[in-house]
Amino acid sequence: MFRTARLVAAKDLRIELRSRVVTNQVLPFAAIVMVMFAFALNTDAVVERVAPGLVWLATLFSLLILVQRSFAIETADGATDAMRAAGIDPAGIFLGKALALAAELAVLEIVLLATAVILYRQDLRASGVVLLVSTFLAATIGLALVGTLYGGLAAGVRGRETLLPLLLLPVVAPVLIGATRATEAALGTAGAVVADGWPWLGLLGVFVALFSVGGTLAFGPLIEE
Amino acid sequence: MQLSNAVAVLGQFPVLAGADLTVHRGEIVLLQGPNGAGKTSLLRLFAGLLPLARGEGTVLGCDLRTNRESIRKRVGLLGHANGLYADLTVTENVRFWGATVGATSAEVDAAMVRMGLAQRLAKVPVSKLSAGQKRRTALACLVARRAELWLLDEPHAGLDATGRDELDATLREATAVGATIIVASHELERAGALATRLVEVVGGQIREKAGSGGSSASAAIDESA
Amino acid sequence: MTDNAVTHQQVIAAAASPAPTVAGTGQRRASASGTPFTRALGIATIIAMAVLLLFGLFLSPADVVQGESVRILYIHVGTVWVAYVAFGMTAISSAAFLWKRTTSLTWDRIAGASAEVGVLFMALTLFAGALWGRLAWGKFWVWDARVTTTAFLFISYIGYLAVRGLGGSHQQRGRRSAVVALLAVLEIPLVHFSVKLWRGLHQDSSVADTTHVKLHDLMLFSLFLALVAFTLLYAWLVIHRQRVMAMQDALDDKGLDYALQQRRREGDL
Repeated sequence: MFRTARLVAAKDLRIELRSRVVTNQVLPFAAIVMVMFAFALNTDAVVERVAPGLVWLATLFSLLILVQRSFAIETADGATDAMRAAGIDPAGIFLGKALALAAELAVLEIVLLATAVILYRQDLRASGVVLLVSTFLAATIGLALVGTLYGGLAAGVRGRETLLPLLLLPVVAPVLIGATRATEAALGTAGAVVADGWPWLGLLGVFVALFSVGGTLAFGPLIEE
Repeated sequence: MQLSNAVAVLGQFPVLAGADLTVHRGEIVLLQGPNGAGKTSLLRLFAGLLPLARGEGTVLGCDLRTNRESIRKRVGLLGHANGLYADLTVTENVRFWGATVGATSAEVDAAMVRMGLAQRLAKVPVSKLSAGQKRRTALACLVARRAELWLLDEPHAGLDATGRDELDATLREATAVGATIIVASHELERAGALATRLVEVVGGQIREKAGSGGSSASAAIDESA
Repeated sequence: MTDNAVTHQQVIAAAASPAPTVAGTGQRRASASGTPFTRALGIATIIAMAVLLLFGLFLSPADVVQGESVRILYIHVGTVWVAYVAFGMTAISSAAFLWKRTTSLTWDRIAGASAEVGVLFMALTLFAGALWGRLAWGKFWVWDARVTTTAFLFISYIGYLAVRGLGGSHQQRGRRSAVVALLAVLEIPLVHFSVKLWRGLHQDSSVADTTHVKLHDLMLFSLFLALVAFTLLYAWLVIHRQRVMAMQDALDDKGLDYALQQRRREGDL
């Protein structure tokens, strides 16, 4: 299972390095979303107050695109079928694709965080670094897991572009809430203190634990004919 | 492998309408028949991809109704789609598909030599290949898998004369070491010479050509040619 | 697609004409989804609803604080109860479908029928709740954990119904939707918990808990009546819907028989 996961993840990341879809298309998209938020929210004070939430909202929007892309590679020339036909362990495919997606998300989030620091005047502080890094880590893994799970279900069916957001967004709501609050605590947005962030990190941890097990079990039946 | 009164359904359409077929180890069976007769579905059924709606079937000792997942590791399917990743090179594709089923790098290299891909084409991205070259690459992926049952859907499509010779030689070698091969092809002259038996698929059912065996198969071809 | 449309027409025609293989019972069962039991259940539902109307609108008193608007609660509480029962039923039936020893498409159909009824009642709940909230609190919506979770359930099960409609064989539909239903069971407590934690950190916690309704005995009885009436309605709807689904599946199968004949005839041409 883990060998397959490693192979699939390496394959996905290599394709990404070649095609540069994430760096050349998804990153600029996420950046423009951050700018548009500022237009919508108008005043500096509001934007500075809600910056962590905007980072995670932009991440969710980008997640939808990344998941579509991740499975478009597989369905373009019937590779999903070929994987099933080759009897490759679905759990391995699931973990591998989630791993690659997590790596892509991580790059994206770093850029978004930098955008928040620059555009929305957020301050990184030393006391919040541990919380910040662990929050980003947990949220990224959680998003990658559920993204891959529902992406696999939606791949190859009619209306996949519209089905995916409908299924995915309600599920990632806890990540949006948890990651936003923890990030606020880590960055000290609106005077939040670091200690407030830890329960939220716990929530993210529960999310990751549940969906890593649930996803590994559920992925096979979902992609099977 | 054996099918009796097999019915398989795509959507609500019965692609196979009670197919009976017995294939013995070491045979090369050629499936022929008009478009939409059910040849592809028959291959997908044998590969354990398509569920059996009614009837019975056994492949390599595994029951198709209850145990179709376990067949897949031992069967190699080349469908209409090649299952290749456009952004990866020929070598990377063959490596990936070989590695997922545990083929050694020596086996992967041998497969590429076998299909004439080891030289000039090895480092070319699949997106830059012609249709025939892609087909060769897909065949190399299949060769690397050393399957017990080979299921080939129009393998000759797009291949040039050398490609066809290489394919035929490969298939003969495979049967020599005990593999069984089922080929769906419209190219009777090419595939008919190879086949030990000719089977006609019409309206989702099987019509055995009277008198199996290489000579009668070629005789049948002479008639239809 | 066009092929499908044509065969479907023919199937209906074929199903309507009495084929020699169709037994008399099959004919009768195909005519309606009612049985003496469901008829009795339906009558009981109508009576319960009528009594609920009587108590809810006339016999129970207006609330001291909320006035007449308290009567909306009889609908709101009844429907939300049914919606949660329905989604619980969907989860249980989905598990029963996936469990090898009890697997049967009947479970899948019960899960689907229950989810459909649940979504309908959830919509009514949200609507009635918003109306009541406007009268009682002055706002249609509060970010209370219970309210928010309910909205998420609503959306999640709309997604579930979309997955059911994806097509494929009945078995595939059953497996796929059962897995999605069980994933929703993972998701919903997490949503509830996270929203609760979120609201807990803010001052205006749950408004629902601060405006307690002082319940008069008759009001309590009316509420209880609402639960009974709506549960009866739920059972009646799900039984019928499940049977209609079984008929649709049977029609698909019959269509398959017909399509098989057609398919076999292709070879004769």
